[in-house]
Amino acid sequence: MSEARGGLVMDVPKSRWPAWLDVAQSTSGLLLALFMWGHMFFVASILLGKDAMWTVTRFFEGYYVFGTPHPWLVSLVVAAVIALFVVHGALALRKFPADYRQYRALRRHMKGMHHADTTLWWWQVVTGFALFFLASPHLYIMLTQPGSIGPYGSADRVWSDGMWGLYLLLLLAVEFHGGIGLYRLAVKWGWPGGGQTARRRLKALKWGLTAFFVVLGLATLGAYAQIGMEHAEHYGERYEPGLEGGR
Amino acid sequence: MTAPNARRPRQLRIEVLRHNPADAASVPRLQGYELTEAPGMTLFIALNEIRETQDPSLQFDFVCRAGICGSCGMLINGRPGLACRTLIQDMDPHIRLAPLPVFELIGDLSVDTGKWMRAVGERLEAWLHGAAGADVDRMEAPMDPDLADAIYELDRCIECGCCVAACGSAQMREDFVGAVGLNRIARFRLDPRDGRDDGDFYELIGDDQGVFGCMTLLGCQDVCPKDLPLQTQIAFLRRHMARRGFGGG
Repeated sequence: MSEARGGLVMDVPKSRWPAWLDVAQSTSGLLLALFMWGHMFFVASILLGKDAMWTVTRFFEGYYVFGTPHPWLVSLVVAAVIALFVVHGALALRKFPADYRQYRALRRHMKGMHHADTTLWWWQVVTGFALFFLASPHLYIMLTQPGSIGPYGSADRVWSDGMWGLYLLLLLAVEFHGGIGLYRLAVKWGWPGGGQTARRRLKALKWGLTAFFVVLGLATLGAYAQIGMEHAEHYGERYEPGLEGGR
Repeated sequence: MTAPNARRPRQLRIEVLRHNPADAASVPRLQGYELTEAPGMTLFIALNEIRETQDPSLQFDFVCRAGICGSCGMLINGRPGLACRTLIQDMDPHIRLAPLPVFELIGDLSVDTGKWMRAVGERLEAWLHGAAGADVDRMEAPMDPDLADAIYELDRCIECGCCVAACGSAQMREDFVGAVGLNRIARFRLDPRDGRDDGDFYELIGDDQGVFGCMTLLGCQDVCPKDLPLQTQIAFLRRHMARRGFGGG
């Protein structure tokens, strides 16, 4: 087949890169979305009590393997998530409207069509763009201060450090972006098959999961804010099981 | 309960985006037409009535009047559809029409889908390969009926252009082959008389102008007047082309 290079038409096989990039975009998105679901359950452990959240934190710090906490293990996971985030963002950027003409064409098309999946794609672009700015500060803090994660440390961050606003927007952006993305991923690769009926069910499931994780996320953020408010006078103090009984 | 045909006829207002690119003085404008709804009236019948009784200069295409030729595709209240398959009784009496985007405008609601389709067909080499030198006097090898049905299912495409006009990717990127192009590849990939393998098809659609350019906005699937399983076919091709890109069969 011929490809134009520098004005010359050469008889070279088509590059394999587009296939790799397409699969890499889907895979990185899938891993990030699955990570976010797991992440939500881990942080939501605060709803079961401070001890439950402390146990989850210590688990990821290797406390139950090494006998002592190693927060750098959390940094390693965060570094991997950052790598995935950068790869996914770079690959997804290829699909964004690249100039004003493309932007106008898409917006006009979307407004005329009144088509739910086209509109959802637009929201996926908007939330994805927002995530560049919303997720980056959070990831950097988790990378550099993994030891601060805990019932009091996280609650202080949410309330006394004023991060609740960023986390609220981050929650909404992640859940909508990830929910729409997983749904699109399934349809894009033809899973689970079954045509339009399966697609309708998949979409209902997608909205159900998004609603569940947004509600869980809001409840979790509320719980940290509540603890943060109550703990504001002892800002900086780290939680240890049994600490509250002594105070 | 009142019988549907006993309903008082509605007054329709049909607004058409009019423009004649061949006339240098023509400026794109919306022109409104009033007419009375008739029982079982399709948009195609309404447009013909307008042309016959109000404005003979109104341009739009039609041949078959039965959703077979694919000529009367247009934007109906912003969505691509066939005028002959659109029943006005299901719609609000205020209807807005525009030509299909992406395709070259001939005038008013008439666009040159044929030019676009031919270019994509040539680019995708949408014909049987490996049949050169075949003995046309010899009886064709029998084909499994299920396979013949599967090929026929994809051959039902009438190339009306609605899927291309409904595609967000095609709006942004003019060189995207669209669902109609990918459907053609899926059709020839099924055909045992075509000698091409996935390596050959990868050369045709294994890039962002082909199957990897589809962003799964699903407009094609949802507007196709023939209810073709376009998304299923694109997903199928995507899996096979990705496997090919990774060096597999």
